[in-house]
Amino acid sequence: MDQLLISPAPHLHSKDSTRRLMRDVIIALIPSVLVSISFAGLEALLVLSVSVATCVSVEFLITRFLMRRKTTLGDLSAVVTGVILALNLPASSPWWMVLIGAVIAIGVAKMTFGGLGHNLFNPALVGRVFLLISFPVQMTNWTVKNGFFSFGYKTADAVSGATPLGIIKEGLASGMTMEQISELHDFSYLEMLFGKIGGSLGEASALAILAGLVYLLARKVIRPHIPVSVILSAFIFSGVLWLTDPLHYADPVLQLLSGGLLFGAVFMATDYVTSPMSAAGMVIYGVGIGVITILIRVFGSYPEGVSFAILFMNAIVPLLNTYFKPKAYKKEVSRG
Amino acid sequence: MSRTFSVGGIHPDDSKFSMNQAVEEFPIPKRVFISMNQHLGAPAKPIVTKGDTVKVGQTIAEPGGFISAWVHSSVSGTVADVALYPDFLGKKVLTVVIDVTGDEWLPGIDRSPDIKNEITVSPAETITKIAAAGVVGLGGAAFPTHVKLSPPPGSKAEYLILNGTECEPYLTSDYRLMIEHGQEVLIGGELMRRALGDVRGIIGIEDNKPKAIRYMQQLVENYLGWTVVPLKRRYPQGGEKQLIDAVLKRRVPSFALPISTGAVVQNVGTAFAVYEAVQKNKPLISNILTVTSQDPTIQKNYRFRVGTPVQEFLIASGAMDHEGKLIPAFTKIVNGGPMMGKPVSEPAGPVMKSTSALLLLTDKQARRKEEQNCIRCGKCAQACPMGLEPYLLYRLAMASRVEEMDENRIFDCIECGCCLYSCPAYIPLLDQLRIAKNASLKNKRK
Repeated sequence: MDQLLISPAPHLHSKDSTRRLMRDVIIALIPSVLVSISFAGLEALLVLSVSVATCVSVEFLITRFLMRRKTTLGDLSAVVTGVILALNLPASSPWWMVLIGAVIAIGVAKMTFGGLGHNLFNPALVGRVFLLISFPVQMTNWTVKNGFFSFGYKTADAVSGATPLGIIKEGLASGMTMEQISELHDFSYLEMLFGKIGGSLGEASALAILAGLVYLLARKVIRPHIPVSVILSAFIFSGVLWLTDPLHYADPVLQLLSGGLLFGAVFMATDYVTSPMSAAGMVIYGVGIGVITILIRVFGSYPEGVSFAILFMNAIVPLLNTYFKPKAYKKEVSRG
Repeated sequence: MSRTFSVGGIHPDDSKFSMNQAVEEFPIPKRVFISMNQHLGAPAKPIVTKGDTVKVGQTIAEPGGFISAWVHSSVSGTVADVALYPDFLGKKVLTVVIDVTGDEWLPGIDRSPDIKNEITVSPAETITKIAAAGVVGLGGAAFPTHVKLSPPPGSKAEYLILNGTECEPYLTSDYRLMIEHGQEVLIGGELMRRALGDVRGIIGIEDNKPKAIRYMQQLVENYLGWTVVPLKRRYPQGGEKQLIDAVLKRRVPSFALPISTGAVVQNVGTAFAVYEAVQKNKPLISNILTVTSQDPTIQKNYRFRVGTPVQEFLIASGAMDHEGKLIPAFTKIVNGGPMMGKPVSEPAGPVMKSTSALLLLTDKQARRKEEQNCIRCGKCAQACPMGLEPYLLYRLAMASRVEEMDENRIFDCIECGCCLYSCPAYIPLLDQLRIAKNASLKNKRK
């Protein structure tokens, strides 16, 4: 009986695997990718391809030549980082900037810690923030193009302008009230839902992001705790501010639909590696992200704060894991 | 709304393919190997020697300590040897080997199928008879039943819970027993309920067995003090701590016995064995097991004699040829369910009193995949029915940080396998936790 398997129980395994989970995240990102391509055309495609190709190559080179171990590309996590980083960049990003961002994301934020599972911070976000600080001009050059095949042409339809959040920040800083700002710029919630607003590729359509969220929840890839607590806390906090002074604070619906809040809540705050394990930890982490985002948006010097909020909360995840344990079979531990 | 336990748990595929297969009598083999080590506690001591002739039901070994059990011959014939023989794990244990001739039973054992309803024995007598019949827990742990029915001084039973959950995938022997012998199960339960001092009786059955729930509900109408509690299907509901939580909403503290919640849990198979021991004078020499796999031709339930070699079942079901080779479709034999059963490494080894299944798995089902990095998804912690953090215990175990393992309640691990089952990175969580638990226990003894 030489060929009998004799490993101990359990003898079966669920169908879950890292690869399968990552594949589900990629599937959930597809609506956002399609929307970004349909609005920004080949430029979006270029940013996406450079980002994914660089992430995958850097991980391959590092595992092959520096770590000298079996490649980890099969788990698809490099592809996920590539897509998320691309969706965090403006369509007009030059290819070399995307490349630098991807090298930082995988090479520095992920592989220097030992690869998937060991990194403290979300790699795509580290890449984005690195670029934001290094190339502030390119990173805030938003252009809304007229869709496919506009690549290379400066068509008259191309509207270049700031994001809603940028407009509000500037307007308020120059002493205007929210009312006056809204009169000058028509922020249509409908356009924000379906996507024709300035911003990073992935921020374009709230509906596409929500479709991804529904898919991730249905496939049980993520639990609702983090996205729900980020969105709710940002909504409530900005709502309270707005109620106290509607002239100088943007309304909560605008806060939710603009910028990277939804994309961050669904795809970046939920990164397994850099988020807490227990339900209680997840809620605290989510509320922290929501509140800090609004704080930065309203009181900080940057118009947008999701990336910083998530990175900040990433840093205290080990603390949350230590102090917030999963629901125990027994409340108090008896000392045997 | 069906009840269930409050923390963790998983939902593996049911795979109860043999549910509708009536129990068949498995042929008596030419030779049986009766292990002296088939219950929890001290091994039994043989009281027969080579050359003795024995009848079915005759005692062949006496208890080797307070927590131990009598062992009876499951066949009639001649004792061929009393020596060390490999069990199904390949471990050599003291075994009484009997060559079978005919099927001659000890007089006094009632073999008629008539159901004896009236209870005439006193509670004390019931426990004596259960002990004398060598009855052990048939839910898997094989703890001597008479010991469990005598709560230690200072503790008092309030409830008897009959475990009919059969939460392990593939297994159907308890289901068949309830469907085919529900009345006897209930009488056995009633005997134990009285022996515990007229406590309340509860039968817990998972809702994937609606026929068994309906049938047992119908039967308990004729008995005072009994209720059937349907439970929402979820593994490991049949774990003692989980079942008490699901049924009574009470939790067993760390290091405490289940009796501290006032509950005594017994498997439905044990209840049947108690019925036979007390009402029919029949010792525990046979039990029901499921022989099953994904192959529709190998999905059966058998009543077997204790000590029948594992390979007899495999050959009879067509899973093994006469030279002792498994057919190529399968590479793993499990004694018990897929979540907690033990891997068979010696098919010539015998089945035990408490064997509930022989499960054949394909290479694709059973082969462990290569371990990857932990992605901290927390699925193991969500699955753990004791609310532990297996990923953390694993890391502490790898670093031999014993004290921190204790702080994180490693001793509460019930080894149900939910963590390893759920891990998307195929990390051998439970394997390390088992090792760590032993290390923690050793540390305490120091």
